[in-house]
Amino acid sequence: MQSLTAAAAAIELRGIDKSFGAVHAVRGVSLAIPRGSITGIVGENGAGKSTLMSILYGLYRADAGQILIDDRPVDMASPRDAIAHGIGMVHQHFMLVDTFTVLENLMLGAEGGPLLAGGFAAARAELARLGREYGLSVDPDARVADLSVGEQQRVEILKVLFRGARMLILDEPSAVLTPQETDRLFEILKSLRARGVTVVLITHKLREIMAVADRVIVMRQGAVVAERLTVETSTGELAELMVGRKIRLDLDKAPAERGQTMLAARGLSLVDRRGVRLLDGIDLELRAGEIVGIAGVSGNGQTELLQVLSGIRPPTAGQVEVCGRVIDPARPIDPAEMRALGLAHVPEDRLRQGLVAAFEASETSILGYQDQPPYCRNHLLDAPAVGRHCADLMQRFDVRPQTPGLRSSHFSGGNQQKLILAREMSRIPKVLLVGQPTRGVDIGAIEFIHRELVKSRDAGCAILVVSVELEEILSLADRILVMSGGRIIGEVAADQADERALGRMMADA
Amino acid sequence: MSLVVPRSVRRPLPRWVEIGVLPLVNVALAFLVVGIIARIIGVDSFHALKLLLVGAFGSSESIGYTLYYATNFIFTGLAVAVAFHAGLFNIGGEGQAYIGGLGCGLAVLALDRYLPGPLLILLAILAAAAFGAAWAAVPAWMQAWRGSHIVITTIMFNFVASALMVYLMVNVLIAPGSMTPQSRGFADSASLPSMQAVLKSIGIAVAPSALNLAFVLALLSSVAVWIFLWRTSWGYALRTMGHNAEAAIYAGTSIRRMTMLAMCLSGALAGGVAVNELLGVHHRIVLDFPAGYGFAGIAVALMGRSHPLGIVLAALLFGALQQGGAELSFEIPAMTREMVVVIQGLVILFCGALAHLPRPWLQALFGRRG
Ligand SMILES: Nc1ncnc2c1ncn2[C@@H]1O[C@H](COP(=O)(O)OP(=O)(O)OP(=O)(O)O)[C@@H](O)[C@H]1O
Ligand SMILES: [Mg+2]
Repeated sequence: MQSLTAAAAAIELRGIDKSFGAVHAVRGVSLAIPRGSITGIVGENGAGKSTLMSILYGLYRADAGQILIDDRPVDMASPRDAIAHGIGMVHQHFMLVDTFTVLENLMLGAEGGPLLAGGFAAARAELARLGREYGLSVDPDARVADLSVGEQQRVEILKVLFRGARMLILDEPSAVLTPQETDRLFEILKSLRARGVTVVLITHKLREIMAVADRVIVMRQGAVVAERLTVETSTGELAELMVGRKIRLDLDKAPAERGQTMLAARGLSLVDRRGVRLLDGIDLELRAGEIVGIAGVSGNGQTELLQVLSGIRPPTAGQVEVCGRVIDPARPIDPAEMRALGLAHVPEDRLRQGLVAAFEASETSILGYQDQPPYCRNHLLDAPAVGRHCADLMQRFDVRPQTPGLRSSHFSGGNQQKLILAREMSRIPKVLLVGQPTRGVDIGAIEFIHRELVKSRDAGCAILVVSVELEEILSLADRILVMSGGRIIGEVAADQADERALGRMMADA
Repeated sequence: MSLVVPRSVRRPLPRWVEIGVLPLVNVALAFLVVGIIARIIGVDSFHALKLLLVGAFGSSESIGYTLYYATNFIFTGLAVAVAFHAGLFNIGGEGQAYIGGLGCGLAVLALDRYLPGPLLILLAILAAAAFGAAWAAVPAWMQAWRGSHIVITTIMFNFVASALMVYLMVNVLIAPGSMTPQSRGFADSASLPSMQAVLKSIGIAVAPSALNLAFVLALLSSVAVWIFLWRTSWGYALRTMGHNAEAAIYAGTSIRRMTMLAMCLSGALAGGVAVNELLGVHHRIVLDFPAGYGFAGIAVALMGRSHPLGIVLAALLFGALQQGGAELSFEIPAMTREMVVVIQGLVILFCGALAHLPRPWLQALFGRRG
């Protein structure tokens, strides 16, 4: 252990402790992060990774412990202090102003004087330089709301670099990136390291840790349980250290027994108000008892496809047939009616759509089903029944902490995801649409979620999975559709597909 | 809307401190400033405070008036809160109360010769609610279908309501032969019983005041609003929309319909002011009876944290200020009516805009491990 921390420490934490009410999120964590290294932090959902980094960044105040930067104790009372000490953070959940342009977001908090014009010109030049240097190109004048999730991520990273951070904390930066974008991010991180920047990287993807980090810290239940040099460890060992047991990610699932067609789309198109063709003549069929995976680089219409299939947006041409009900521009549907037909939807963006941050977990656990018995009779909610339902979901999907009364936003990202999945799957839907089923979910939970999805499939549910994780699509799906530019450009049977071939199809489009 | 606020921005205080202590500290701070101002204009602040309290709570009569004013504040506070939970800022309580009064009055004027009292009163209350709702429905419709912002339209509708009422009172509804623009008096059967009469019938003697059964209606409305917001699926959907419109769409809530529902309810509640004023006190349609209660409702809701219980408490405070302040300016001429408005303004300032000012001190006092 000693040798791991021998190099000069850029950041040192001593005995950091933090509780939220009854939840002891971080327990006496001491660690040192050497200057000019890339250090990975891994751990289960709710292990306290984000909390620990929020303490380092001044967002939370530790109940006990000390933070040392360059061997000097410092008081991190706010992010302002952290920035002054050269620490930058890219959050798990974006912190951008949607209605601002990229440039405006970049300058937020670094306006460079009361008159913006000078600052703008300087920022524009700096942005161009950063873009060139690190290959992180984003249109400076695009509105953030119009950017894809991947592009928004890049803006976040640019924002931190823009402030000249010497220490960079990234909380699950790759969760929303495509494999290509992730590779590019890692190139950036390596070039940052070469310039002496210290990088701390939180991720659930152990292979990424192995690929890019020098060292890795494993957290479990708020404490550091192991530290390893990446050259001396393996993904298997890390997974076991994290979860405390062996993990099997290979799903040995039986071949699908395809039943009736539950959902069929014919010539489905969606054109937005500006005339941009988001979906272009999609034909697709989903049968009971199969999992169809949609692969593709994010921003190629997958989000819109889920919106149309779930009834959130009506198509502008073509039709969808769900459990016998035909939906077309003349006969739109709303998501509530879709649910009544037996369709459930796990949205891609859990914070924006899947839950209400200010609601208690028990309230979030009935979102979309608030009219349904047993939670509700004659429009009167049965609060105890809702609480019991939520406790039951938490138990079955191992959502931690198991506190139905806790605010939804106070759950860690992965646990929010598990709660939403639990909500949608527990209704035993006939059709299940899942966007990014395991985004931000730990490896043990991925195993669990995948098994649950396969179980539903075997019970006759028709499942459509949209994921940017090719690996996930490959292990889950029975059939794979590749999407590009709003169209389906190819179909492969899962047993004949491999990552490289799919990657080529996506790239060729 | 989707910007994620760092979870630490508001460090939690124990719940009882949040609900019980913080508002008290806020009120105390407001009164401290009032005291200083009183000193400056040469008034003995403790004497003034005593007069204010005695004026508001010193006798059964003054308590009656305090509660009578509070009734109006409860209705408008609830109106603002219901819209606010839906993410809508209804500034139009004033106009909705006014038009609610029109509905209430028209119902009575049309029917008071034919119907027995209880039925008449019930219909009049429903008419007040319906007209208030209708007046809120128009801006709601314009936002839901046409995208005109509700803050702007509800403000404008206050002026429209006011102009409309002046026109109607002067040209149409004025009592024949009358010199003042007010309608003919309602039949006696249309009067809401005064609290004094009700209490007397069960053997409790209190001094007469303007307090009437509308106060009970206001309390019942508070309970109903609580049940609606937190115990019905409609209230659930309404709050979902207020917190996160995208999640509401995902859940299958129609934003348009929910906007209409929230605003209509809000307007209906504002109509309660008309019940208190017209059925309870004036017994005819008069000009300008909403007298700023609609606007004050914003402060009441703000101070009551948009929770019915908080609103009732805040309304009591505002009612006490109104009643005690009137007594105060009567006793000490230096404390003019304008000074009373200043006091109200300071309370609003410290309980609303500066509500979180004492937070760091309380955090230091009540520990963060809570
Ligand atoms: N503001 C808060 N209030 C109450 N509990 C909280 C709060 N923030 C975090 N927690 C709890 O602290 C624990 C640690 O959460 P944290 O977000 O640090 O986990 P994490 O390791 O980042 O997990 P994930 O991988 O899912 O993002 C969790 O049990 C979480 O529910
Ligand atoms: Mg986290």
